[in-house]
Amino acid sequence: MTRIGTPASRVDGRAKVTGAAKYAAEFEAENLAYGAVVSSRVAKGRVVGIDLRDALGVEGVIDVLTHENRPRMARSKKAYEDDIAPGGAPFRPLYDDKILYNAQPVALVLAEDWETARYAASLVRVDYEQEAHVTELESQRDEAFDAKNSPKPRGNAEKAFAAADVQHEAEYWLPIEHHNPMEMHAATVIYEGKGKLTIYDKTQGVQNSQAYVASVFRLKQDDVRVISQFVGGAFGSGLRPQYHLPLAVLGALALKRSVRLVLTRQQMFTFGYRPGTIQRVALGAKSGGTLDAIMHDALAMTSQYEDFTEHVTNWSGALYKCANARYGHKLARLDLATPIDMRAPGGATGVYALECAMDELAVALKLDPLELRLRCYSDRDQNEGIPFSSKKLRECYRQGADAFGWDKRNGAPRSMRDGSELVGWGMATGIWEAMQQKASARIVLTANGHAEVACAFTDIGPGTYTMMAQVAADRLGLPLENVTVKLGDSTLPQAPVEGGSWTAASAGNAIALACEGVRTQLVRFARKVANSPLADAKPDDAALVDGRIVSKQDSSCSVSIPDAMRAANKERIEQEATAESNDDGKHARYTHSAIFAEVKIDEELRIVRVTRIVNAVAAGRIINPKTARSQILGGVVFGLGMALHEETQVDHRLGRIVNHNLAEYHVPANADVHDIEVIFVDEPDEIINPLGVKGVGEIGVVGTAAAIANAIWHATGIRVRDLPVTVDKILG
Amino acid sequence: MINFQYARADSVADAVRQIAAAPTAKFIAGGTNLIDLMKEGVERPARLIDITHLPLKDVTETAGGGLKIGALVPNSDLAYHPAVEKRYPLLASAILAGASQQLRNMASTGGNLLQRTRCVYFYDVATPCNKREPGAGCSAIDGVNRQHAILGHSAACIATHPSDMCVALAMLEAKVHVTGPSGERVIAFADFHRLPGDTPQRDTNLEPDEIIMAVELPAQGFAANYTYLKLRDRLSYAFALVSVAVGMELAGGVIRDARFALGGVAHKPWRDPQAEAVLQRQRPEEETFRRAADTLLRNARGFKHNAFKIELARRALVRALAQAARGTPQSQADKKIA
Ligand SMILES: Cc1cc2nc3c(=O)[nH]c(=O)nc-3n(C[C@H](O)[C@H](O)[C@H](O)COP(=O)(O)OP(=O)(O)OC[C@H]3O[C@@H](n4cnc5c(N)ncnc54)[C@H](O)[C@@H]3O)c2cc1C
Ligand code: SF4
Repeated sequence: MTRIGTPASRVDGRAKVTGAAKYAAEFEAENLAYGAVVSSRVAKGRVVGIDLRDALGVEGVIDVLTHENRPRMARSKKAYEDDIAPGGAPFRPLYDDKILYNAQPVALVLAEDWETARYAASLVRVDYEQEAHVTELESQRDEAFDAKNSPKPRGNAEKAFAAADVQHEAEYWLPIEHHNPMEMHAATVIYEGKGKLTIYDKTQGVQNSQAYVASVFRLKQDDVRVISQFVGGAFGSGLRPQYHLPLAVLGALALKRSVRLVLTRQQMFTFGYRPGTIQRVALGAKSGGTLDAIMHDALAMTSQYEDFTEHVTNWSGALYKCANARYGHKLARLDLATPIDMRAPGGATGVYALECAMDELAVALKLDPLELRLRCYSDRDQNEGIPFSSKKLRECYRQGADAFGWDKRNGAPRSMRDGSELVGWGMATGIWEAMQQKASARIVLTANGHAEVACAFTDIGPGTYTMMAQVAADRLGLPLENVTVKLGDSTLPQAPVEGGSWTAASAGNAIALACEGVRTQLVRFARKVANSPLADAKPDDAALVDGRIVSKQDSSCSVSIPDAMRAANKERIEQEATAESNDDGKHARYTHSAIFAEVKIDEELRIVRVTRIVNAVAAGRIINPKTARSQILGGVVFGLGMALHEETQVDHRLGRIVNHNLAEYHVPANADVHDIEVIFVDEPDEIINPLGVKGVGEIGVVGTAAAIANAIWHATGIRVRDLPVTVDKILG
Repeated sequence: MINFQYARADSVADAVRQIAAAPTAKFIAGGTNLIDLMKEGVERPARLIDITHLPLKDVTETAGGGLKIGALVPNSDLAYHPAVEKRYPLLASAILAGASQQLRNMASTGGNLLQRTRCVYFYDVATPCNKREPGAGCSAIDGVNRQHAILGHSAACIATHPSDMCVALAMLEAKVHVTGPSGERVIAFADFHRLPGDTPQRDTNLEPDEIIMAVELPAQGFAANYTYLKLRDRLSYAFALVSVAVGMELAGGVIRDARFALGGVAHKPWRDPQAEAVLQRQRPEEETFRRAADTLLRNARGFKHNAFKIELARRALVRALAQAARGTPQSQADKKIA
């Protein structure tokens, strides 16, 4: 089956499991040199001396680049801005002597092999002039400044809160989290000569990397080709060009040789991360269970050089009906790298706090938490005062609750048990934007009924190859095997970075549009066939079905694609199309979900097991239920990690991340993951885009941590308001 | 990684000769700990002596009714060895509570004893650490110390020994057979690992030129009443916050003999005869278990992030004693606590 809406296995699955799929660090080149990065040992100050003698003395070391001897790079900070750079001045690796954060790159060793490079890197001796640093968010509460990205307030939230029958107000803390994809960031730069570079980069956006390299090194855009056909996970860490990319290029330009640079696992903790936040949520309600006031304030961290800002607080007003709302978002500058989007950036953060607060409000109101959500249900986006393009959240609540058995919940904490374990049931709502970005796709259909679909998007794991093939197969009426996909190459038709859950909508609609063009041409050709049954057909009168051009009025009237192309004397049809969002501001565009979680906690020892999760998702049309389900499963596991495990530990005296490895930075292990049921609620959406697609890459994360934290409260009676919920916080 | 020489030892005598000749050399067995430390620049041996071809891979019966486990027996083979499963299920359980299947396939019995602490500062050469560099200072005492010791620590070092298997061996009162330039000797398990004192750089009393040959288990295996209970920050593949190995002998509803050892709380598997004595000739009741736990933890002292371990250890010991007394040992497959 190949149609949109039917489950299909990954078309690239075989290549991935057999090792045929190559990742950035796996491409070979003649005369390849290897780089290793030397990382700063202080958090702030200046490099005052670099002793390279020992490193250069190692046999096999070719050169060591520092800010003092590197090839030219653009001076203007602007030149380093990529497509999604936040405000401020981007970090310029090896640009000058400044230390902006601990473990930033300070030198690049280039050697004949990786082991030598890494060894020599350990011999580079750097002297620093240290300055006082600050890495603790809480200490900067008073220093923080307004991020100016909050939605407009409405009504008078302060007053309504003060007058509310029932009030809940609390602070919710989230630590720094790192993406920790399996594949380390890496680039293999092939030095082609004559100013040309081909770069195999681990990135979520090949054209973003291409533009960045061209700009930073003053190269012609066309002379830089960036390829990223397979990505071993990224979760946002590859949205911006990370320092491995410019450093690998620096190395290649300095040596006039091809260079491979791979970061170490420890160095995966030396750039972007989900920012730590402290949120204050204040909810005022009528005793009947409707909201009078929402006040949501976030304090988040950013670096000294860029203003990274997420949408943390706006979700409250988009989700629930409430006449009075006020939001605040402050940023504190810390001597850390700039944060970067991490799966459901802002949403995972803000909805965690909101949905825990809603749970607490439900307790204060003596209402079932699901019932409270239903009483606050909103058919309009309250922030913008507009209806939704579609919102089947009520159906998510209903189907999720049914599948979970929510009606059997006893609301009192510590009221449910299973032998020596306390049982807790918690729920939360999820919400995420349904975005579409401008993207182009090209279809080449050959007379043998084979199509190639091409678009510069990357596939960071969600199944973009399969999705693209499926949309093309569906629209061209071909079997899936007849469609090949080209992606992750900057020479292909334009695409933005893969992120924001927008790839299916963006690439999918561009492909569908290109297929329309192909069909129009085919109908024209079909009319030329001798005694054509479609002689009078207009472009829209025929559809493509099973390799044929078929009349919509009478399916017995059809022409095969090869016949039509022969009649027109064509070997191939090539069609490119660009699609962009039709958003005219009249409808709010969101995906929604309802998450139900069960935890079992040993009463004495307080070890938490998340035994069951049901996540019911409304995300428009689901192109491939199989890969979409995997996305939700992965998202839920991500949320589980957020709830129970993930925490980047910073030693504030050293200004240094200390648990920078996967033994000490915990993500869920298999044993932590039990039953997860994914439900896709039917949600036709005629408004959002021609395919009716919303995207599912991130919604699975949003709300999951809250549902689990709420379940832990229900089991133990202990309300933990700082993640992760580790055993020490619930020992009681 | 630093360049190093590699040599294979073809007999135990050869291994000892080689290490005695090169003081900066290290033996390599499974390599699951040593290679990591070399990559981080923590261990910098000039020479690796590969001992994996030595004939130290057998598990044999001893005259005293115990078992002798060769130093190169992989952790996974040991855990699934029929004699171990039957007579020392505690040991099997403790091994299976550690690391992952892949790591256990590589890890050796001797290497497990000598694995080094997981203190994050020990692993990061950019930070001061007395264990890595005597006199440099201990970053953990006033730093990130969630994983650290609550018992037996010193002003110089508050690290813990990370092994699970060793906690079982300490409880079983195993013996370590070693060979060096001056011949063979046997070290009681309690004397094998050290407390940090003011020489935290030394984890054990094994001399640098000695090789572990075997670990000997005495006949008493506590196969009827035992447990290994490991509490950690995720349900698998994490080092213990607190772990407890218990062996108990019951007769006529009374505890005839009971021993326990704790992991994750000190620089070595922690035994406390005074606390064990509380249980002797008592009925296996929670009240008694609590008294034993109070005695065990009488001198416990925590730090900023790990003080909770004191209460956690108390509860873990009480529960583990109950599991052992009931004859319902903790399963390592089912993460529900028995
Ligand atoms: C990610 C991760 C998670 C882990 N989790 C756990 C856990 O939960 N619980 C747990 O208990 N362990 C855990 N481990 C540790 C694992 O058990 C040890 O790494 C392993 O037991 C070491 O054995 P090896 O043979 O690989 O030792 P090697 O790395 O080869 O050697 C370790 C040390 O022992 C020395 N050595 C080895 N054999 C001898 C000998 N016969 N005589 C003298 N010296 C010798 C070496 O010179 C070296 O110094 C984990 C390890 C990793 C990497
Ligand atoms: S606790 Fe021990 S190992 Fe850790 S930093 Fe201190 S001295 Fe080093």
